[in-house]
Amino acid sequence: MSAPVVVLDRVSVRYAGSPRPTLRDASVVVEEGELAVVVGRTGAGKSTLLGAVNGTVPHFTGGHLSGRVTVAGLDTRTHRPRDLAGVVGVVSQDPLAGFVTDTVEEELAYTLEQLGVEPSAMRRRVEEVLDVLGIADLRDAPLHDLSGGQQQRVAIGSVLTANPRVLVLDEPTSALDPTGAEEVLATLSRLVHDLGLTVLVSEHRLERIVGLADRLVLVAEDGTVSHGAPSDLMAQSPLAPPVVHLGRWAGWQPLPLTVRDARRAARDLRAALGPSTEQVVAAHHAAPQDTSPASVPAPLLAGTAVEVHHGDLVAVDGVDLSLAPGEVVALMGRNGSGKSSLLWALHGSGHRHGGDVTVAAGPAATTGAAASAPGAGGASTVDPARVSPGVRRRHVGLVPQSAADLLYLPSVDDECHQADTEAGAAPGTAREHLDRLAPGIDGAAHPRDLSEGQRLALVVAIQLTAAPATLLLDEPTRGLDYPAKAALSSLLRDLAAAGGAVLVATHDVEFAAGVADRVVVLARGRVVADGPAVDVLCDSPAFAPQVAKVLAPTRLLTVDDVRRALPGVPVTVGGAR
Amino acid sequence: MWAIGLAVACSRTTNPLLLLLAVSVAALVVAARRGSSPWARAFRLYLVLGASIVVLRVLLHLLVGFKFGQTRLYTLPSIDLPGITILGPVYLEGVLAAAVEGLRLASLIACIGAANALANPKRLLRAMPSALHEIGTAVVISVTVAPQLAESVQRVRRARVLRGEGGSGLRSVGRVALPVLQDTLDRSLLLASAMDSRGYGRRPEQSPRVRHLTGALTLTGLLGAAVGTYGVLDATAPAAVGLPMLVAGLLLCVAGLRVGGRAVQRTAYRPDPWATPEWLVAGSGVAAAVLVVVAARADPTAFVLPLEPLAPPALPLLAVVGLLLAAVPAFAAPEPPRRGSRT
Repeated sequence: MSAPVVVLDRVSVRYAGSPRPTLRDASVVVEEGELAVVVGRTGAGKSTLLGAVNGTVPHFTGGHLSGRVTVAGLDTRTHRPRDLAGVVGVVSQDPLAGFVTDTVEEELAYTLEQLGVEPSAMRRRVEEVLDVLGIADLRDAPLHDLSGGQQQRVAIGSVLTANPRVLVLDEPTSALDPTGAEEVLATLSRLVHDLGLTVLVSEHRLERIVGLADRLVLVAEDGTVSHGAPSDLMAQSPLAPPVVHLGRWAGWQPLPLTVRDARRAARDLRAALGPSTEQVVAAHHAAPQDTSPASVPAPLLAGTAVEVHHGDLVAVDGVDLSLAPGEVVALMGRNGSGKSSLLWALHGSGHRHGGDVTVAAGPAATTGAAASAPGAGGASTVDPARVSPGVRRRHVGLVPQSAADLLYLPSVDDECHQADTEAGAAPGTAREHLDRLAPGIDGAAHPRDLSEGQRLALVVAIQLTAAPATLLLDEPTRGLDYPAKAALSSLLRDLAAAGGAVLVATHDVEFAAGVADRVVVLARGRVVADGPAVDVLCDSPAFAPQVAKVLAPTRLLTVDDVRRALPGVPVTVGGAR
Repeated sequence: MWAIGLAVACSRTTNPLLLLLAVSVAALVVAARRGSSPWARAFRLYLVLGASIVVLRVLLHLLVGFKFGQTRLYTLPSIDLPGITILGPVYLEGVLAAAVEGLRLASLIACIGAANALANPKRLLRAMPSALHEIGTAVVISVTVAPQLAESVQRVRRARVLRGEGGSGLRSVGRVALPVLQDTLDRSLLLASAMDSRGYGRRPEQSPRVRHLTGALTLTGLLGAAVGTYGVLDATAPAAVGLPMLVAGLLLCVAGLRVGGRAVQRTAYRPDPWATPEWLVAGSGVAAAVLVVVAARADPTAFVLPLEPLAPPALPLLAVVGLLLAAVPAFAAPEPPRRGSRT
């Protein structure tokens, strides 16, 4: 097959009511058997590009598409998505939302039923796919009971049964823990290598996938698209995984894309770092604990033997956790390990079936609303489950996983105003916070029109308006690109520096490495590791960030750490190669 | 099928013993044969709904109902309005009658709940004729939205609490409703787009003549079936309107669906078996209905709670046997997940 499978020829897409085209003159060619990764900032048009491949854009979403999209020789102008079902398989970000049936086997057969395949052929095809994806023992399992990684593999399987030429995946791993994401990506790379399938996939956390990619498609913010070999594009891309940043900083040529390549290139750098630099960085990461051992400040939040049950399931099983002022703690663990349950229990609005939680008051509660806190004073602590929601949020704030649930007003200004009223803060407080987090948001904009990162910033600003001493965040990095994550991370560090405490549940190893002083790992509702970020992250094979893997045994977590450890050395290190 | 039979049986009686028997039969079958899917857990909800209907019915009776009987329980202060008396004296007979009326509705609801808990709506879809497949899918999706809706309401209410609101009161309804609606819409769009891209709704063009024929056949058939059902259920209707009409209507429907279904190219992966257990389940429901109807024809007095004068209700043997027959699925139906009972 010589002709490219997917051809986008000068494609522009403009949605009704949008001032500028989402895609502008995009020309992309993907050859048979390639794994193409679509990269771009949130809201840049990655999903639009992927949707255009099977005709969902514009047949389903509306909008105006000019130019020409052909998939395996079929023009999407004359073929609707349903007509392309046998050629293009589409897997969405949230597999559960796209499931039509209840059990694995039925889901796999669904596309075939729609295509009118003979039952005997159907049965054979389903068995093959079960084997290819290694989910044969799950065949009768209800889809709701599967883990995220398994669900996503079933979703891939359900489109594979139709034997498509092209597989299109829109951020397939964003909701998964590192292990689940590995499962899915390993499956993808197997499909490309063993079956010769053409795969288009978009992904924010490039560190996972860029090493597998044959081609990068970079969607710029103005809607223009460039594509090429990963190592060429990564040299300039504003979005790059840590290992690429490390390579750029050290001046390695060719630019390493995987930990393996970088590790080979980093021999000199490791020698230059030596074990002695460890202390410098360890001190930075564990600053609040190491520098003030004598006068240990009272914890802002202290939970002892916290227990949460969901029916028969013990979600959180006797967890002790305390947060000191000035500390950012990352809470990590598999999907379903009890992270969210623990956050909600600590916050006081979720169920708690055992144990005690006390939280210290934030500045607003001790000054303005002192009357509501018993024994007003700096040291007053309360059990958050026993106070009213209004008082609680002056002590501890929580940003839930689906942060947009908190928003219900038609404009950003309305939300800010409402937040001031609710918190009893001076007018403009919320807006001030928002401008600090994400400057330049139009006050008249509808919250749903904001990008993922801006919406998160708005919610954080609303929660900060009540000036809680402790802020809890549940999976805030979902759907955020690198710049947005960096902004969030510096925001959390600022909060901690101002004397607050932050607990953030996350799957994102690189984010945790950049932001956390301390990492707590949960498994089956129990704490299995609790210690300085450097120790916990470097010691774990699953949770080690890329830089740590490249530079082991030196214990450095991020490119910034390396920079700090070796000020001014990069040129000589790079030159040594 | 089974549940409809049971429901028909319930609608023909106000005898509280029989009604309670029917509800417990439904509960027994549900307890024995339900799976672990979300809607299987909803049966309790239906029971609660039924109980609240009984209570509501009695309360309404106390408030505005026509009070009758001799056994005065107590007297509430009454407000006389032209044509209607609010509150006033309360008689045992009136309250009982209201309670039994409520119970009848409640047992109907329990039957529907049982059907809902036992039969997975998505599997029901497979049993549907292919011409109705698209409508069926729409219905099934709207059914499955309900649990999701409940879940997102819960989530949004939790979020409201995070912003420091109690989460109750009329004012908060709008604040909860907006994000929930947005969430539901998003989900539906996602599902629709997923189904579209997986080939749902692919069908070749049909000639207008065939389309019209399908429409006409199905519509007249449905009309006939509706009139027929009314005839069967309403004991006062002439016998000719009942069964024959129903059968004719159903036949027309089947013909219409056959014609329409010919154009749809779909195949079923592993079609659901319809074997002895399934016949047994459906048959037991029908038998229950038939026996109760027959018993009611034979001895109408046993089927109403004697109110004036007040007496303990009789227990007609035939009807009891019929209702007990309906419990057969608890033992005959295949084990879940291969559930056999159909609505």
